[in-house]
Amino acid sequence: MSYELIVNGVEFEVASPGMRRLLDVLREDLGLSGTKEGCGEGECGACTVLLDGEPVVSCLVPVCQADGHAVRTVEGLATAGPQGPVLSPLQAAFLEAGGAQCGICTPGMLMSAEAFLASGASPTEEAIREAIAGNLCRCTGYTKIVEAIELAASGRGVDAASDA
Amino acid sequence: MPAEPPVVSPTSLAQAFVLLAAAPHRPIAGGTDVMVQIAAETTPIPERMLDLWRLNELRGIGLEGGALVLGALTTYTEIRRSPLCAEHAPALVEAAATIGAVQIQNRGTLGGNIANASPAGDTLPVLLAMDASIVAGSLRGERTVAAGDFWPAYRRTPLRPDELVLRVRLPLVPGRRVRYRKVGTRRAQAISKVVMALAWREDGGVWRDVRLALGSVAPTPIRATETERVLEGAAPRETVADHAAAVLRGELRPIDDVRSTAAYRKAAAARVLHRLLREEGGW
Amino acid sequence: MTITTRPGPAAPVSPAAPSPVRLPRAGELARGHARGAPLRREGPAKLTGTALYADDLVTPGAWYGATIRSTEPHARLLGLDFGAEFDWSRVVVVTAEDIPGDNVVSLITDDQPILVPVHGEIRHQAEPVALLAAADRDTLREAKARLSLRTEPLAPVFDPLVSSQVFAHYEMGKGDIAAGFAAADLVVEGTYRVGHTEQLYIENQAMIAIPREDGGMTVTGSLQCPYYVHKALKRALALDSERAVVIQAETGGGFGGKEEYPSLLAVHAALLARRIGRPVRMIYDRHEDIAATTKRHPAIVTHRTGVTRDGRIVAQEIDLVLDGGAYCTLSPVVLSRATIHAGGPYDVPDVRITSRAVATNTPPNGAFRGFGAPQVEFAAEMQVNRIAETLGISPLELRRRNVYREGGVTPTRQVLRESVAAEEVLERAAEAAEFERIRERTARERAARTAGVRTARGIGLALGWHGAGFTGSGEERMGSVASVELTAEGAIRILTASTEMGQGTKTIFPQLVADELGVPYDAVEIAPQDTSIVPDSGPTVASRTAMVVGGLIVKAARRLRAQVEERTGRPFAESYLHDAQTWGGTREDERFEPYPGVHFDDATYTGDAYPAFGWACAVAEVEVDLDTGEVAVRSVVAADDVGRVIHPVLAEGQVEGGTLQAVGYATIEEIKLHDGRYLNDRLQTYLIPTAVDAPRIDAILVEAPFAGAPHGAKGVGELPMDVGAPAVVAAIHDATGVWIHDLPASPERILAALDGHKPPGPPGISA
Repeated sequence: MSYELIVNGVEFEVASPGMRRLLDVLREDLGLSGTKEGCGEGECGACTVLLDGEPVVSCLVPVCQADGHAVRTVEGLATAGPQGPVLSPLQAAFLEAGGAQCGICTPGMLMSAEAFLASGASPTEEAIREAIAGNLCRCTGYTKIVEAIELAASGRGVDAASDA
Repeated sequence: MPAEPPVVSPTSLAQAFVLLAAAPHRPIAGGTDVMVQIAAETTPIPERMLDLWRLNELRGIGLEGGALVLGALTTYTEIRRSPLCAEHAPALVEAAATIGAVQIQNRGTLGGNIANASPAGDTLPVLLAMDASIVAGSLRGERTVAAGDFWPAYRRTPLRPDELVLRVRLPLVPGRRVRYRKVGTRRAQAISKVVMALAWREDGGVWRDVRLALGSVAPTPIRATETERVLEGAAPRETVADHAAAVLRGELRPIDDVRSTAAYRKAAAARVLHRLLREEGGW
Repeated sequence: MTITTRPGPAAPVSPAAPSPVRLPRAGELARGHARGAPLRREGPAKLTGTALYADDLVTPGAWYGATIRSTEPHARLLGLDFGAEFDWSRVVVVTAEDIPGDNVVSLITDDQPILVPVHGEIRHQAEPVALLAAADRDTLREAKARLSLRTEPLAPVFDPLVSSQVFAHYEMGKGDIAAGFAAADLVVEGTYRVGHTEQLYIENQAMIAIPREDGGMTVTGSLQCPYYVHKALKRALALDSERAVVIQAETGGGFGGKEEYPSLLAVHAALLARRIGRPVRMIYDRHEDIAATTKRHPAIVTHRTGVTRDGRIVAQEIDLVLDGGAYCTLSPVVLSRATIHAGGPYDVPDVRITSRAVATNTPPNGAFRGFGAPQVEFAAEMQVNRIAETLGISPLELRRRNVYREGGVTPTRQVLRESVAAEEVLERAAEAAEFERIRERTARERAARTAGVRTARGIGLALGWHGAGFTGSGEERMGSVASVELTAEGAIRILTASTEMGQGTKTIFPQLVADELGVPYDAVEIAPQDTSIVPDSGPTVASRTAMVVGGLIVKAARRLRAQVEERTGRPFAESYLHDAQTWGGTREDERFEPYPGVHFDDATYTGDAYPAFGWACAVAEVEVDLDTGEVAVRSVVAADDVGRVIHPVLAEGQVEGGTLQAVGYATIEEIKLHDGRYLNDRLQTYLIPTAVDAPRIDAILVEAPFAGAPHGAKGVGELPMDVGAPAVVAAIHDATGVWIHDLPASPERILAALDGHKPPGPPGISA
């Protein structure tokens, strides 16, 4: 079967069995290996991507259900700059605050955080923790991840204020 | 990497019914159970799959004929965000919020929870306690099954191979209250050890139409009918609570498994019930 | 054949091309979290998804490998049955007969086979018996389902207390134990048990083997110790050093779990690749990873402690049994550390510690953050907290009266001459957490509690110590080498085998060298962890990277600087480019030399067991649901003495992460076994804390430098793991009045104590 995916704003035509995991299509067919597999059963969140803006675990999404939908992966966060890609404010905040250690949960964690920030929800510590509760991290104890998301949220707040 | 059985993705319910009438298919909604079963090979790999995700006829939450009606493809996130659910079924909203975490809530569906028929299905005790009815359909037409008849044995449902869960009806009962409590190993992404929903209607200082439903304490979601009898016509006083908790402890027959022990499940269920009664009684 | 990054698809991939990624400039962020320290070196690659972990590497023409494992805990292997209905020419099978070198996983003893041979003994449920490879995964799955084992069952042993096979045993002590107990006013006894736990790095074990044109093998994978794998590979494949090459891919966490197991996996992948003459990928899924790889050793620790009424601990008699599982692996070394740390950080005049590590028919246990210390320090701190309760003395005050101070003597008769910060971490954590004030409050709440109260708050404290680096003369025997070079092109490069797995090696090493040379951080490069490039600087374990290998590169950099400055007569930073142009490259290899004045006698097991100790204190606050026994750990204040802080953000990250692992150990993490098999071998059933389970963690870094290391650092990785669990269990006691002697202090164990029903069985024992 052939499916159409809009990944990080670019349209792709993918020939694949419909029950193939979105995770495998991204990693193997599209070469987007930034999305990681940690458990293959929807528990760890390492494979989190945004499907129409909402976080999903791509190991539990058959590609037939993503047909015609917009997928955003970690590769879609940084933007092109004159000297190469520029980290998004969220990525930069993770770097600054120490939110990434071994890095294997980081792509999924970033996608959950990105959706949370985009939702406009108030970035209280409790809300941030709930937003990333589906993403397991074994390195950080989550403290610096929560700080990084707070930091990114405060940056966005400043931007919004200065735009206004 | 899991197996990839063939799948068809009909775009209308009529198409889906025709496909199901022609040959058995394993339905897949949000995939949060089915994809795990295929990956873990805990069930035989299905011969062919039927993707329900495009069946928009199975979406939507509305009020209809004195009931809150939820389409089978309603996700837990949609339940959490629905003002109608907040008003008429807050216990269902509470249950939806305890399932997995954001990613699972975005894909997992109420119909999937019902059809998967796990004894640990987190919404199922709510459906039992609220006297829900489940509408199933096929090319042969629709039929309605009471939640109380929907899970007759471990992971079994009355669905025939050509049938799909279409929607759930939660009758609106004036004055009814429902309490919900899930006991899991951790605060997110956890399968329950004990899950409980308690419904009643207060009438002249005593409780009527008491329903006490539990999950993860038996091969199916169950009603604790002996304990219900203790509470029926009674008021949530301390002596009643003591008695009801003791009866519940005696009534349940849970098992030891990888998540918990039978002794814990009995004790926790009894103590949680006692707590709910204490809170309602205000003593 | 080489590993390349994945070829792009026909259509454009994504607007985000690979690195270099520009780091945010100063002032681009709202607040300066890195506090002047450099940003994580490989951070941008990890944050953009361009960092390449083993499973991300593309290997054209590679086949997929799989392992056929035993399904019985103890049996004689009679043969392999190849199903008739399958065309076996579609796959390749490797058995013990196909091993060109020795059929042993090279560790401490040669007891563990790479594959069990026919007529050999199967000793655990997940033991590898044969290997399969196929060009695609469907064929592999089909073949796997059709290959079965013929066996003759043997009686298994699951209880370490009845096991007669002893891997190692120790007896150590000081003073006169009988006199010690004679001087005691009372004796407190206790037995504490802990079960298996899983490291649960989020990246599963993964290894890719690629045959070399010279007849050798290159293995790339997720690993902590390139030279351990190198040694195992050489021996199993009968290769010389040059033709066996081991390369570390980006590694998604280790925590000890990638210390020894990668040797086995690398050899498996290499045997298949050798047989086929093609690359072979062996990427475990989570189920296989949990089922087959090493766990933290279960332990049974019995304490008998003599104390005086005024709170002096005068005699300690401790017996310790570790369950090593089916094979020896590193158990003797784990046991050694456990034995030395068993008494806790207290100066007790009369001590006797006996210990043994024994075999059971369960998968082998191995390294996990703390390496034996968390098990025994849980027991030691439980004992001290119970003594405090018995005497009616505050747990803080009791510790003040007994902790090691400078001049203290340990059970190996090591005199603690310097860098003793037990008191400091104790006071700093207790003060920051307002331990005494909150303890008074929780005591009042407990006294006033009525039957209807649902939740109870409690606070608990634990103190610990952790010997820095290898035990005894391990470091001396290892003779690690690390290098710093100025290349002919003028690049400054660090060459070590120390791996980055999240803890920050690739950031702190350039920091140390840049600081020593007086050049910017970005001017210092770090060579890849590839055995054909870097020297053997030992394994990345035992919190030794910053202290030992960091010390070596500081010394190497110091010599490099002196050389260049002598030749040019100008400061290194101004002259090294010119020096390289004029003189070509200069490389300084630094070999480990014993720290001055540090001596250990292996024969008598006495002396300086460690060059120095790190010290840690944790204060935990919990809220217990009295209806269900559920525990919410609200906060942990962790004060950790790391010698010298090299990078505050990374060091705090270690303390926070280790603390949460300890909270998981305390509350929910438990492998359950049946017939010697792990029952919860998936992430749906083996649960670790999520962000909503994690407490607020306040890390306090304390610096008591170790003079033996040029930069004073002692290591930070394992310390926090030693103290979190007993602090949490003490807080549960403070809240509820019940002591939970076994880990985890699960709701099942807590509610059994509160409700008076039968508790679950002890942890770590197979049903």
